[in-house]
Amino acid sequence: MLRLYAKYFAMHLKSQMQYKTSFFLTAIGQFLVSFTALLGIWFMFLRLHEVEGFTFQQVLLSFATILMSFSLAECFGRGFDVFPRLISNGEFDRIMVRPRPIIFLVLASQIEFTRIGRLLQAILVFAYALPTSGVVWTWDKKLLLILMIVCGSIVFFCLFLVYAAITFFTIEGLEFMNIFTDGGREFGRYPFAVYGKKVLRFLTFVIPLALFQYYPLLYLLDIRPDKHYMMLPVLSLLFVIPACAFWRFGLSRYKSTGS
Amino acid sequence: MSKYLAIFRIRFVNSLQYRVAALAGMATQFAWGMMEILAFSAFYKVSPASFPMSFSQTVSYIWMQQAFLALFMTWFFEEEIFASITSGSIAYELARPVDLYGRWFCLSAANRLAKAVLRCFPILIIAFIVPDPYRLSLPASRPQFILFLLAAVLSLGVVVAFSMLVYISAFYTLSARGVRVISAVMADFLAGATIPLPFFPQPFRAIAELLPFASMQNMPLRIYSGHISGLDAFRGISLQVFWLITLVLVGKLMMKNALRKVIVQGG
Repeated sequence: MLRLYAKYFAMHLKSQMQYKTSFFLTAIGQFLVSFTALLGIWFMFLRLHEVEGFTFQQVLLSFATILMSFSLAECFGRGFDVFPRLISNGEFDRIMVRPRPIIFLVLASQIEFTRIGRLLQAILVFAYALPTSGVVWTWDKKLLLILMIVCGSIVFFCLFLVYAAITFFTIEGLEFMNIFTDGGREFGRYPFAVYGKKVLRFLTFVIPLALFQYYPLLYLLDIRPDKHYMMLPVLSLLFVIPACAFWRFGLSRYKSTGS
Repeated sequence: MSKYLAIFRIRFVNSLQYRVAALAGMATQFAWGMMEILAFSAFYKVSPASFPMSFSQTVSYIWMQQAFLALFMTWFFEEEIFASITSGSIAYELARPVDLYGRWFCLSAANRLAKAVLRCFPILIIAFIVPDPYRLSLPASRPQFILFLLAAVLSLGVVVAFSMLVYISAFYTLSARGVRVISAVMADFLAGATIPLPFFPQPFRAIAELLPFASMQNMPLRIYSGHISGLDAFRGISLQVFWLITLVLVGKLMMKNALRKVIVQGG
């Protein structure tokens, strides 16, 4: 299956490289989208030195973590992001008759390389924020940062999966999910505690975005030097269970649109 | 003129049909606005005096921005127009006895207006009843509100005239995807979509205030929130008129040039 995915990967890369100008312009566009968000943060911090006790560089740590997880999820999980199209043009029926797992096939149906623009931005921001944020990078903190990014990508990916599963019922994509996917990316630029207790609680227990962003950040900054905080990104993976269950439920109710 | 009105009316009624999408959209925009406000409120809590707009002005700015999103955001393009250029159906458009620029202009303006009308009221109503620091305030006076309406109409004109330039660029590039993303991002940022223009540091701010983008959402939203009033409002509105005329003229000229050597794609 991995070899098959590698084949798809090469195929998508080749086809997207056919339109080089468009590819690079879109990648630059992606870069600029998050760059303006970055400028926004910077302009705010020109007036203040901290928000909720976090300095500019520390805020950038959460900005880059979220951005990197989101771009990874979007790059590889793009098939679920454009899922309404697969359903409405009947492409999904073709996927269902193929002898491979459905999630795998949807995953392989799209890879969006232009997200490299955002990924690059995340790397640049990390390059600036890692040494200047005042974190002493011992091995456990390095490990934690990697966990944050990996688990974050998986959680974002699950959100795309839920978004796609809703399409089984609505045919059209439901715009409301954007508040969790695009919204998660946009508002994750600040540590989630900034938005108050209620939002934080929601993002801890319902949609676990704070588990891989805010709480581990507290450990990185030695505000909460409790080893339990290292496990929280892993705990966010529990979200995979309801997401997959919902996908299966949606799939069992699927009716072809027939075109 | 009456044919433009007809185009406008057909589009308007057509866009009003998508009500469920509108409901989901409204919920999203409301949640989005609330999160933006909470983020700003965290900054204001540290030191309210360090910001160029009062908190209640910023709150009004954000609620009005969310309520009239479809009117002001440049990223919201007409797929149909891009498709007609790349698919070749532009040939039919050219056969019609209506000026293409005028037709497309009406089409996008009507779509934006219909979307905004459908979505704004529920958002405004909720924004007026949420608890105090987060509540949308009424404009300072009736003349101020009239100035807001005027600025909003002009702003819609400037936004559409700007997106016309992007559509026309598709005649040259065919795949407008990249141009589209880049121009929309830059325009929205410089129009005050990410943070209001007064939050920009000098000299950034002084430059941004003069660009055509400042004549987009920046002007009506700041007039509504009361950050711009009196003589400054008149100056801002004159600048809007100037940019509207300039962008329309440039657009018509570009269109004329593009149509002179248009190659219809396939059949």
